[in-house]
Amino acid sequence: MKILVPVKRVIDYNVKPRVKADGTGVDLANVKMSMNPFDEIAVEEAIRIKEAGKAEEIIAVSVGPAKAQETLRTALAMGADRAILVESDDEVEPLAVAKILKAIADEEQPQLIMLGKQSISDDSNQTGQMLAALMDRPQGTFANTIEVDGDSVTVKREVDGGLETVKLSLPAIVTTDLRLNEPRYASLPNIMKAKKKPLDTKTPGDYGVDTAPRLTTTNVAEPPVRQAGEKVEDVDALVAKIKALGIA
Amino acid sequence: MNTLVWVEHDNNEMKDATLSVVTAAAKLGDVHLLVAGAGCAGVADQAAKIAGVGKVHLADDAALEHALAENVAPLIAGLMASHDAVLFPATTTGKNIAPRVAALLDVMQISDILSVEGGKTFTRPIYAGNAIATVESSDPKLVITVRGTAFDKAAAEGGSAAVEAIGGASDAGTSSFVSAEIAESERPELTSAKVIVSGGRALKDAETFEATITPLADKLGAGIGASRAAVDAGYVPNDYQVGQTGKIVAPEVYIAIGISGAIQHLAGMKDSKTIIAINKDEDAPIFQVADIGLVADLFKAVPELTEKL
Ligand SMILES: Cc1cc2nc3c(=O)[nH]c(=O)nc-3n(C[C@H](O)[C@H](O)[C@H](O)COP(=O)(O)OP(=O)(O)OC[C@H]3O[C@@H](n4cnc5c(N)ncnc54)[C@H](O)[C@@H]3O)c2cc1C
Ligand SMILES: Nc1ncnc2c1ncn2[C@@H]1O[C@H](COP(=O)(O)O)[C@@H](O)[C@H]1O
Repeated sequence: MKILVPVKRVIDYNVKPRVKADGTGVDLANVKMSMNPFDEIAVEEAIRIKEAGKAEEIIAVSVGPAKAQETLRTALAMGADRAILVESDDEVEPLAVAKILKAIADEEQPQLIMLGKQSISDDSNQTGQMLAALMDRPQGTFANTIEVDGDSVTVKREVDGGLETVKLSLPAIVTTDLRLNEPRYASLPNIMKAKKKPLDTKTPGDYGVDTAPRLTTTNVAEPPVRQAGEKVEDVDALVAKIKALGIA
Repeated sequence: MNTLVWVEHDNNEMKDATLSVVTAAAKLGDVHLLVAGAGCAGVADQAAKIAGVGKVHLADDAALEHALAENVAPLIAGLMASHDAVLFPATTTGKNIAPRVAALLDVMQISDILSVEGGKTFTRPIYAGNAIATVESSDPKLVITVRGTAFDKAAAEGGSAAVEAIGGASDAGTSSFVSAEIAESERPELTSAKVIVSGGRALKDAETFEATITPLADKLGAGIGASRAAVDAGYVPNDYQVGQTGKIVAPEVYIAIGISGAIQHLAGMKDSKTIIAINKDEDAPIFQVADIGLVADLFKAVPELTEKL
């Protein structure tokens, strides 16, 4: 079977985002960009499924600017087999990304599509579920463990009260949570090899998808800043403070 | 405008998360509720008592027992013929179902709203809460998830809405529930606890976490939280994680012990009323948001604190 893994290029998780003074967004100029961490986990899981002999091919897809090629090369260096860049300089919303992914899935017929649960930039947590709805296929969100077995996949999900296990018939859509695995680093030889792996470039128009945004962002502002308080000398002083709060 | 609110429940009891969503929905228009589940008529009766609710739709069907998104989403999409907006709590259940409904309706979901600024305008956090975006929808229907800590809870008593049983549920047949490992605890739930004691990587292992954090939490009647590092290392289960990609909390008092204060952690707790931090590194970023800080070795300070309280 084939596995499709959508990967997004986002601000690196170690960078503290800065809001632009004119309120139009977050300043991304000269900021380190990386693959969305949840997508690295998705790529890693796809590779492990392939290594276990349960998949033949892994296709990485990214919707984004030309530079998202770098993100796809990272996926290829980790172990994906080929990549598709759907180029767009404008920010594409989850609904339109899901429509593009559906069109690609219609062409490629993957049995499993693995996405991150959320991109750490827009924090939407939507694309996988939307794709599942558009394809009328089952979804296993916030995956902690995945077991592919014949024509089904069993997904243990991280939910608010603990863990929940569901069984989905393939083809299915899975979104990854933090504990699914620890992604590997690409080795230097694999980074070199990745340069020769196929990377197709397309546009949203090639898939007949209109990417005009449905949501208009009218302002982006800094959140209220918290002032640092005081440091107390010792435990006795802390006890006094806690008692003053009326909780003990 | 007619709004529909997804009632969060376990087929026996309504969850508190529902109440803040009702407050958000009431800012948009008339509030109708949906109780979807199996054997959940009691929940509908509870929900009907929420102040300000106009109507409760009760969908009681075996296919809805475990809130599988494949079965629930089409039902809600159908109800949207007579509603203009549907709102879910930003819980794992809400986040699982809402986008599926949005896609069926061909609209963009608005995730994790912090405020209602107008009939189609909302604020929401992006980049782990390091920026707050104001967004306006151009879609004919609204699909929204609501951040619980950003809205007051509606009164759980005082209303007397009519409960109307609805049909239309079916099993999509592509997914099934296998099992759940849900911890039963006497402790307050993280998202509604007044006091939270959270531990980080510094707590070493599960035994040390338990021996250090639990007695203090017991003393304060507090919920227990953790950083991602503590969860990843197996000190505590996944549902303890506070942060950008875990639970968002805003208790009266949040006590961070041996937690450095990475932006992903701060995203989940920086709206707490009072933050107390205990860390041996005086430059730990957590102190930049803490109202009260103690620079100390937690293995000395925490037992002493527990004893003296
Ligand atoms: C995609 C993504 C999502 C994430 N989501 C979350 C999230 O939701 N929630 C979250 O918490 N993190 C999240 N993280 C992880 C986050 O970036 C940090 O790695 C994590 O919060 C660090 O946990 P920590 O503070 O416990 O550990 P550390 O950063 O290792 O801090 C340990 C602290 O303990 C102190 N310490 C050590 N020994 C003692 C002692 N004896 N006494 C007192 N203090 C001591 C140290 O000074 C240090 O400050 C996410 C990361 C990524 C990439
Ligand atoms: N532009 C994109 N290109 C590729 N994958 C994406 C894109 N946007 C979102 N995704 C996928 O959808 C997941 C959830 O993103 P979101 O719904 O934006 O929080 C991500 O982790 C990716 O796997």
